[in-house]
Amino acid sequence: MNLARGARIILAKELRTEFRARELLSTTIVFVLLVIVLFSFTFDPTSAESRRFGPGLLWLAFLFAGSLMLQPSFLREQSNDTLASLRMAPIEPFAIFLGKIAANLFFMLLAELFLLPVFAVLYNVSIVPVFGSLTLVLFLGTLGVATVGTVLSAISVHARMRELMLPLLLLPALTPVLVASAEVTAGLMAQPPVLNTEGLLLLVIFDVVFLTAAWLVAEYLLEE
Amino acid sequence: MSTTPKASRSQTIHWLGSIGVIALMTVAGYAALFVAPEERSMGLIQRIFYFHATSGMTAFVAFFLCFIGNILYIVKRESRWDWLAVSSAEVGVAFNTVVLVTGPIWARPVWGIWWTWDARLTSTFVLWLLYISFLLLRTLVDDSNRRAVVSAVFGIFAFLDVPLVYMSIRWWRTQHPQPVLFGGPGSGLDPQMRAVFYTCWVALLGLMTLLIRQRYRLEALRHEVQELRVQVETQ
Amino acid sequence: MPGVFETDRVSAPHNAADPALGIAFQEIEKRYGDLFALRRVSLSIRPGEMVALVGANGSGKSTLLRVAAGLVRPSSGRIEFGTRSIAEGPYGSLALRRRIAMVGHSIMLYDALTAEENLSLFGQLHDLSGLPALIRDGLAAAGLAQRSSSLVRTFSRGMRQRLAIARALLSAPGLLLLDEPTTGLDVQGIAWFTDTLRRLRRGGCTIVMSTHGPSEALRLATRAVRLEAGRVAADSAKGAELTSMLDFQEN
Repeated sequence: MNLARGARIILAKELRTEFRARELLSTTIVFVLLVIVLFSFTFDPTSAESRRFGPGLLWLAFLFAGSLMLQPSFLREQSNDTLASLRMAPIEPFAIFLGKIAANLFFMLLAELFLLPVFAVLYNVSIVPVFGSLTLVLFLGTLGVATVGTVLSAISVHARMRELMLPLLLLPALTPVLVASAEVTAGLMAQPPVLNTEGLLLLVIFDVVFLTAAWLVAEYLLEE
Repeated sequence: MSTTPKASRSQTIHWLGSIGVIALMTVAGYAALFVAPEERSMGLIQRIFYFHATSGMTAFVAFFLCFIGNILYIVKRESRWDWLAVSSAEVGVAFNTVVLVTGPIWARPVWGIWWTWDARLTSTFVLWLLYISFLLLRTLVDDSNRRAVVSAVFGIFAFLDVPLVYMSIRWWRTQHPQPVLFGGPGSGLDPQMRAVFYTCWVALLGLMTLLIRQRYRLEALRHEVQELRVQVETQ
Repeated sequence: MPGVFETDRVSAPHNAADPALGIAFQEIEKRYGDLFALRRVSLSIRPGEMVALVGANGSGKSTLLRVAAGLVRPSSGRIEFGTRSIAEGPYGSLALRRRIAMVGHSIMLYDALTAEENLSLFGQLHDLSGLPALIRDGLAAAGLAQRSSSLVRTFSRGMRQRLAIARALLSAPGLLLLDEPTTGLDVQGIAWFTDTLRRLRRGGCTIVMSTHGPSEALRLATRAVRLEAGRVAADSAKGAELTSMLDFQEN
């Protein structure tokens, strides 16, 4: 099937490129750490306060990091006009997006899973008993960020002030992801932990809607 | 400036439409001020409700028209759908701004606070940001064809986001309940109030149509000027 | 538009499965805002022809090639390959895309990958069989066998160009689009390139090559088309003198 084949090849290319350079991953991790540390200066880090503000801050940090690290996704393809060679290949246009969305999802998840224990230590939150559910909400939320962010990366490449354009377009669009993910995460970090399935459902709907929308508009985003 | 039959008919429609809208708005204003019964606790300022909530609904209609324009442009590639999209987006943002401004004007004297993060106001704020970004994106893309395609795609995404924004924020509010201000959904409207409410909404829809039409004609004229200039330059 | 192509070919097909591809432009127009890159270009190129596309910078050669490649969507007009039309919507069927290759203005290669990885990526996307052997042979022919595991970032201008050409040839295309392909090549590179074109022509590939300067490779051209300000100004198939059109370049 052309879509899966094309996406898989492009995913492999993205992974290989990033693992060789490792610049995006390390920068993202440091950036999120910075945001978490800076945020902690803005409120009194008692246990109760941390539990209230922590999850929201965590997701806010992820969103900010995402809006920065998703930028190169299509920007990179402009040097040497490599996007042209992808477009000329006998694959569905959406395969290009799918491969990049998968790669971005992978790297963001990697960064988040690394940062989660760090966050737990800094904010005295217990994550081990709910780790599975946390991974689930991380996955669903980050998939939303990666999907919309990759599409907007393709859009902002054509705009002036593109470094500012991507966060500007992305952050309001991701409001549902922020709200739902933060709430579910807060529920999981509460004592006793509770899994908020309505929030998860919202994330699933978001992901399905925007993956479908991306599939429908892919070819129009790539045309000259 | 010579007038073709089509142009003069268009002007006639414009004048009739404007007069009609002015009349409607006057009626609506009068109704809101004098016809609607006085609300028990809030007094005169409550009357702003007839334009506050209805502006929000009108903005939604405008954004829906933008969505239609976006889809039709992608499918048909006719510039007029792009014109519709930008016109209705601008008018939608204008009406949204009215909601965001009348909110505090109402809230402050009645409840003593400028802003409340209630579901509707917050959603309106996010939508406002989203469509401002839409308009900003358009100013930053130079090639007119690409601008149209790219903003159409973002416009489609933005509108698909609208119900999700509403749903998620309303759900968020149920997780952290707040006193309901601004007359929540299902708050009983006295039949006379309801009549005034819908009168105001119809008036605003008329105003919206007029504004979109004007803005659309501006885009059409701009395009015509550009085409003429290109024609002259290629002689 | 039926009847655009005659059924006879210039020479035997490249291989039985992938014969040369003809291309017909019908009233192609491309406009960027106020600027017309192409105006009402109509051109039919028969399978197996080698067409030299000449013209000054900005005359529309690159745009025309990109339209043929399916990269640029024309503002109006139609393109047909054989009897296939790709006027609206996605650029032709995927099967069609398999048979078209391009060496563009940019090399279309990833600096962060090695020569071998670039060719492998391209080959996998095109679903080519026997890929390792194809890559090995392609690199060897281009004189890049020693540097197959080096990052493209470390390549010289000439090497990058040779790799770009090797990439285009990997899929044994039926239509080869070349945008000033000898830029950056040294004498040996140009000799290799000309030789490759000669072999391709014998095998029956259609070649459209844009150029703005004299080149040994131009000797192989059977036809020349000159573009001026986005329009076809002269066509050797319609009366203009072929050699003088190519000599024009030497001024």
